[in-house]
Amino acid sequence: MEIGMEPMTSVTRRQVLLAGAGLLSVLMVRPGRAAPTDMEAAIQAMVGKAEIRPGRVHLEIPPLVENGNAAPLTVTVDSPMTEAEFVKTIAVFNEKNPQPNVAVFHLGPRAGRAQVSTRMRLATSQKVVAIAELSDGTFWSDSADVIVTLAACVEG
Amino acid sequence: MTACAGVARRALGPMVGAALGIAVAAAAEIPVDERRSGFDFMSRALQDMQRDDTLNPGMLWVLEGEELWHRKAGAGNLSCADCHGEATSSMRGVAARYPSYDEETRRPVDLQGRVNFCRTRHQQAPPLAPESQELLALVAYVAHQSRGMAIAPDPDPRLTPFRDRGRRLFHERQGQLNFSCAHCHDDNWGKRLGGSVIPQAHPTGYPIYRLEWQGLGSLQRRLRNCLVGVRAEPYPYDAPEYVDLELFLMDRARGLTVETPAVRP
Amino acid sequence: MARPLISVPATAKRGEIVEIKALIAHPMETGYRPGPDGRVLPRDIIRRFVCTYNDVEIFSADLFPAMSANPFIAFTTVAVESGTLTFTWTGDNGFSQSETATITVS
Repeated sequence: MEIGMEPMTSVTRRQVLLAGAGLLSVLMVRPGRAAPTDMEAAIQAMVGKAEIRPGRVHLEIPPLVENGNAAPLTVTVDSPMTEAEFVKTIAVFNEKNPQPNVAVFHLGPRAGRAQVSTRMRLATSQKVVAIAELSDGTFWSDSADVIVTLAACVEG
Repeated sequence: MTACAGVARRALGPMVGAALGIAVAAAAEIPVDERRSGFDFMSRALQDMQRDDTLNPGMLWVLEGEELWHRKAGAGNLSCADCHGEATSSMRGVAARYPSYDEETRRPVDLQGRVNFCRTRHQQAPPLAPESQELLALVAYVAHQSRGMAIAPDPDPRLTPFRDRGRRLFHERQGQLNFSCAHCHDDNWGKRLGGSVIPQAHPTGYPIYRLEWQGLGSLQRRLRNCLVGVRAEPYPYDAPEYVDLELFLMDRARGLTVETPAVRP
Repeated sequence: MARPLISVPATAKRGEIVEIKALIAHPMETGYRPGPDGRVLPRDIIRRFVCTYNDVEIFSADLFPAMSANPFIAFTTVAVESGTLTFTWTGDNGFSQSETATITVS
């Protein structure tokens, strides 16, 4: 009985991991459809009826973090950041925290470069979305999936 | 070895053995050339967070500690600086050799204990509470002065019996899981416990900014988390066991570099 | 209370893009987390961060509970003239803290 337990558990764990990996690839192939309603609603509150186009925005966040309490992220937007053409707003959203908003950054041509960095909480493995509003009124986005590993020997 | 592992598994029960997924074997000390700081087991992102002072949240406490160092306290109306001068020179190397022997109590004392002795004996101020922001800030500031120095424990022979007691505690089975510190940190370092890598348990960067805590914490707090992890009743704060363990752990980490304030997951 | 940690280059050439980093001690209590007694701790977060450059706002942020404790924000600005950058964080329970940094532009 004891001898039989471990291999069985390992197989089960492997199956779970495989299932997880499969689910992630589905999310990555179809990013637009995976967002649950809370995040969709928060994004819509920002963009209204405008179309959100993929591209120009680069969301950099580690694909795997050891602890969800502080995941470092950087958002960069392709923009000349001139008076004529600049990024007005960069907003970050999450899929599975209790609230979908993370932060909204307001910038302008004086930034010189459309780039912000911060650290966010991830209640669990999930998708993070960054949306940029440009001075011409267009919206662009990028997203990333982050896996949060389980911590050991936490405060009891 | 196989027999020993078998006995241990039976004691733990199959569920726990499978959940932890680690082999329990006889303890063997880590060879000197294989000793590695927990820093080496972290992701690049966390290493960057520790290495760059403008990213390291632990530096907030170091900055506060610098202010406290110069602030007068107690009926003695003395600041740390009034006796010790600038910490940048007077405290350099202190954290690399602590704990040290305290003549008055005839026991080893850790850095936070020493800060509180200074408060009660010289500043005539009440001791700072364990894990209080002020105590962590002062200890972080003092320990930070040794950053980059090699750990070189105090050779005072009066410390030896306490260090030996720490070694015994490290190898003693504890808690409902019936694990010793050595079972994880000598025999299974580098493997995973849940999603986390088991480090070698070298106290190179305390107080540390632990993401799990979302703040700075002492080695005592971390040891309490380990004890809870093996389902043992943690010793109360400032129990002599913690200092004895620290004496042994610092000896075991001899030659590694002080990192305070370290960042850990 | 600990002072915020600000990183601004002391000197810059006119027109140079400089990186600014700001780190402040704050628990950013989410309002969703139970305390030691099991009861949910009330929300206590920084809601807004503003940076001015010689009194002109150059960057701001609205923050939510998903921001990490001890919030960190990094951004850039063009060094236009010598002067003072002022950083202000405001939030729940009347929280307000400011810090300044000077930059010399040649």
